Amino acid sequence: MSTAVADAHIDEHHGPDKGIRRWLFATNHKDIGTMYLVFSLTMFFVGGTMAMVIRSELLTPGLQFVNPEFFNQMTTMHALVMIFGAIMPAFVGLANWMVPLMIGAPDMALPRMNNWSFWILPAAFTILLSTLFMPGGAPAGGWTMYPPLILQTGDAFPFLIFSIHLMGLSSIMGAINIIVTIINMRAPDMSLLKMPMFVWSWLITAYLLIAVMPVLAGAVTMLLTDQFFGTSFFLAAGGGDPVMYQHIFWFFGHPEVYIMILPAFGIVSEVIPTFARKPLFGHDSMVYALSAIAFLSFIVWAHHMFTVGMPLTGQLFFMFATMLIAVPTGVKIFNWTATMWRGAMTFETPMLFALAFLFLFSIGGFSGVMTAVVPADIQYQDSYFVVAHFHYVLVPGALFGILAAVYYWLPKWTGRMYNEKLGKLHFWLTTIFVNVTFFPMHFLGLAGMPRRIPDYATQFADFNFVASIGAFGFGLAQLLFVYVVVTCIRGRGEPATSTVWDNPKGLEWTVPSPAPYHTFETPPKIPSAQAFS
Amino acid sequence: MIRRLSLCVTGLLVATGAGADWAINMPRGVTELSAETYDLHMMVFYWCVGIAIVVFGAMIFTLVRHRKSRGVTPAKFSHSMAAEVTWTIIPIIILLLMVVPAAETMIKIEDSREPGLTVVVTGYQWKWHYAYQGENVSYYSTLARASNEARHKGSGIDPGSVENYLLDVDNPLVVPRGTKVRLLLTSNDVVHSWWLPDLSIKKDAIPGFMNETWFQAEETGVFRGQCAELCGMDHGYMPIVVEVVEPDAFKAWMDSEREPPPADLTTSNAR
Repeated sequence: MSTAVADAHIDEHHGPDKGIRRWLFATNHKDIGTMYLVFSLTMFFVGGTMAMVIRSELLTPGLQFVNPEFFNQMTTMHALVMIFGAIMPAFVGLANWMVPLMIGAPDMALPRMNNWSFWILPAAFTILLSTLFMPGGAPAGGWTMYPPLILQTGDAFPFLIFSIHLMGLSSIMGAINIIVTIINMRAPDMSLLKMPMFVWSWLITAYLLIAVMPVLAGAVTMLLTDQFFGTSFFLAAGGGDPVMYQHIFWFFGHPEVYIMILPAFGIVSEVIPTFARKPLFGHDSMVYALSAIAFLSFIVWAHHMFTVGMPLTGQLFFMFATMLIAVPTGVKIFNWTATMWRGAMTFETPMLFALAFLFLFSIGGFSGVMTAVVPADIQYQDSYFVVAHFHYVLVPGALFGILAAVYYWLPKWTGRMYNEKLGKLHFWLTTIFVNVTFFPMHFLGLAGMPRRIPDYATQFADFNFVASIGAFGFGLAQLLFVYVVVTCIRGRGEPATSTVWDNPKGLEWTVPSPAPYHTFETPPKIPSAQAFS
Repeated sequence: MIRRLSLCVTGLLVATGAGADWAINMPRGVTELSAETYDLHMMVFYWCVGIAIVVFGAMIFTLVRHRKSRGVTPAKFSHSMAAEVTWTIIPIIILLLMVVPAAETMIKIEDSREPGLTVVVTGYQWKWHYAYQGENVSYYSTLARASNEARHKGSGIDPGSVENYLLDVDNPLVVPRGTKVRLLLTSNDVVHSWWLPDLSIKKDAIPGFMNETWFQAEETGVFRGQCAELCGMDHGYMPIVVEVVEPDAFKAWMDSEREPPPADLTTSNAR
């Protein structure tokens, strides 16, 4: 017996299982990270296809391809799939891969829960996407699921609620795992304030997730009981309050916005110092700024609701609080600029995406400040101006952060350098088309085009045409990304060194490329040169 | 990006108040508050452009000057208390400069006292109902027939050939010029939102709630808007048209619309 146990113990150092067992029963943080990233990429194309349907219908005035019901299903599903299926899992995948490598831990703290939190996601999205084929079609009430409208959903309704519950479970478990890992498994010399910014950004994001995902679960559960169990939480006829739903939803929804951007802040804070060959400017104030943003994100939710009829004092409070967020966000932008200042920059693909993030996320930030001004927001609310605003923070913001991270760490994951020429081509196509797509939407909204409409008055035709062309180009350009990534995974391309880039800081560059299946089985010593602050 | 922004700025200067196509800015509108809103919008926009010029300028400068291909050696500094305090304080001051005028306008927007006319607006899937309070006048306002015929898939009608495609109704809301009109908004089914850009009004119509807003149009004319809150299948097909007429014409119109005293069911309900 004892020898068998000893053998089993030695066996733990073997490589991955063969075939499907490796993935189905995965407990290795690298395998699970890979699965998260592949899942996210798949969902990115599913949600992207829906965006293509939307932009095709909006190419010219009049209805050409779809009916209004199906159009509304597309806008609703596009948002749900992109938010919960593409952006959030991508960040969790990056955390799985990189947090243990960056803090010198052998794996995530809770590997079996890690497996569970990933495998819930394909189930959740199978359920959600299957609603497209149900009587009455997929949910069409918008991703915000405002009652009473969402209660008019057909057979899809309980499936929608259940899939949201599952996504929430997955997120909460992922967040718990990340917090426990970061708090307990850091290399001995790594105090909290010595942690890399990507780890810091995820620590704060994980707390936000734990705080708000249960709120969303509560809100949608009340929708469920209103629909099936005779309650009237949100039904005015039964003494309920439809506006209360909006308050609860946005109490989740606004921190959710930061859940989708803080890890991107962390990534940019890793990428810029490497390619500027200079330490991150103001490491500690970056941490404080992240914390300030996270705190403020809880007290600004009603700025999504300036037209619901709030008391003046409420409007004033939410306007002030919202504007305050610009201060720590500004600190971050200025600190990144100061990091580049008097550095020695080169412009590989990850750096290009990080720089585009700086410029284009700032534009999303500017339109964010504009929307905080209540009288003007009354005009912007639910118009294409808002569509432009949040796509600027989510696409060249969150998505560009993810793309920068993939190009930055891909050689570490696969052991191969990606094709730099193709990477740069992908960058330029993506950046040009993202602006062609979303910049004209500012004009459309200001000129009076509401969002979520399948057809529009003819004076909006010109800019819609431009936006649609941009969207098609953007979609096609992403196929190039898949080609570049698959090439590396299939072992083509130059072998990567362990440091990959020019003397980057961080423990992940002390292990070989590709990173071995097991890393840091004994805690690493942090060389003094690796001190981050 | 600077190029984009400057393009956008020059565009705004050229096209302010320009015609329909390629319109890129908010209308100045026909009420005192819509003009104030427009000015606030432009003030914040110009602040943003100013900040963008400084920040993007610094970024572009460093991108040009501090590149490895120029043979520079990277500096070692990694913090500066003075710099960080400066770029925390300055944004706070700028934000205060934006907030104060915004708050002044907000106080005016909320002051709906002493209206000259009150209209109850009720949202339905997918039309609007207007009831003039204290008058026996009420009616539904639905998408105009020409638009309705052209809007369906395979209708064979070119939307370009329909005048005010999707922005025309059978019965517009008629109001007198120079009178403070109070709107009381509610809904019969789901949440709608009554948006008229030229009056700078967007207010949700929510079942079980009575929301309040007001406007005083200073110019006559026909002004068009749409429902702004997703309300189901035909959300895109419930436009709003307001016709502002001279007070005399309004009186005459009201007299012709007024129903006989024993009002029908819809009227008494809506009131």
